[in-house]
Amino acid sequence: MDLEVEEKRSRPLNELVALVEALIFVADEPIGTKILAEVLDEEKESVQAAIEELVREYDSRESGLQIREIAGGWQLATRTELHEEVRKFLKTRPSAKLSLASLETLAVIAYKQPVTVPEILEIRGVQSASAIKTLLDKRLIVAKGRKETVGRPMQYGTSKDFLIQFGLKDLSELPSIEDFEDLVT
Amino acid sequence: MEQEPEQYTFDFHKETAQILGGASDDLKVKIGDFAGPLDLLLFLIRQERADIFDIPIARITEKYLEYIRLMKRLDISVAADFLVMAATLIEIKSKMLLPRDPDAGQEEEFDDPRQELVDRLLEYEKFKTAAGMLYERSTIEQAVFTRGPIESDDNNAEIDASVFDLLTVFHKIAARHIEEIKIEIHREEISLADMIKSLKRRIFDQSELSLTSFFEEMHSKRELVTAFIAVLEIVRTESIRMVQSVTFGDIILKKV
Repeated sequence: MDLEVEEKRSRPLNELVALVEALIFVADEPIGTKILAEVLDEEKESVQAAIEELVREYDSRESGLQIREIAGGWQLATRTELHEEVRKFLKTRPSAKLSLASLETLAVIAYKQPVTVPEILEIRGVQSASAIKTLLDKRLIVAKGRKETVGRPMQYGTSKDFLIQFGLKDLSELPSIEDFEDLVT
Repeated sequence: MEQEPEQYTFDFHKETAQILGGASDDLKVKIGDFAGPLDLLLFLIRQERADIFDIPIARITEKYLEYIRLMKRLDISVAADFLVMAATLIEIKSKMLLPRDPDAGQEEEFDDPRQELVDRLLEYEKFKTAAGMLYERSTIEQAVFTRGPIESDDNNAEIDASVFDLLTVFHKIAARHIEEIKIEIHREEISLADMIKSLKRRIFDQSELSLTSFFEEMHSKRELVTAFIAVLEIVRTESIRMVQSVTFGDIILKKV
């Protein structure tokens, strides 16, 4: 597959747009440009162009759907504005929110990762064991190995589900923690 | 969604808690959960409209302890971390009361005992704000829906099994059934036919049998009923008769 000499295919743009749309539709998770290029045997740049065209198409006809970039991939989803009707049809209510303690713990982990329990305690000033358990149960955080220090404590970091549930392309999309300083005081 | 709902939800736009003071005996309280001692401290500082860089430590300590006492009175278990903070506050307060060393030079930096606490509060507040940001994001994110999983090998594997696989599964199920039946056999039940047979044998072996003692051998009501029917049956069909020598006395079954 990775023979440099091998020529990649190069379909016309409209054909590639249709293929990309189909794959994004069937994918269970956000699907990355790299995987799309591999599956379609196309140059990454052409796939990227096709995605951009697709996004434009959905936007220009004010579709009820949107192609959005999330957790390092592309995803087909309903538009935010339509949530009331969609929810009415699905008969769902917004799922339970995380507690304040869990959200704080998640914020510390998101910004300080990989981070240990004692380090979280130092910032929050309170034990976070149950919050960490909740976050692990919800798969928002994952263990990231042990820290080579006294007691070799477990380190935690955020997961891909975290990016998906908080609508982030990647961690760099989080506003810088220093930006919050201006809001404080 | 496999999310299990948490015990309570929190609205970032509302005040965490309110202590509505007044005459000491009609203190009205509206308490939410504080995420920790730092959260409580920030709340008190804001409530007292104090400057975070110049915390009136005596007043804040007093309020803080008041709150802890209140929690105890309301039987809310006070986490150890809250008590640690109380101790820290008291320590800072006492340090503040100590007169400054008059020999220390003017230009020498005065070590504010509150400094470490202020640093921690500022650091904490950044993350508290970040938590608020995450809360907003997840709320927005909940307004976006993706389609449900569609049929694929992962969530709906086509039958990929040989006859032997099916046979194995069948045997497993069959084995399970046998076990179930075994459990049912444990119920002690004796059929009428068996009862008649054993009764007949005893009468023919011993030539006579006391009805009372025979009935007394029975363990359950069900067995007793079966025994009774067996007696009626055996008298009707076999050459056995019932003899009662005294009125209300014991009835004896006798071989004819």
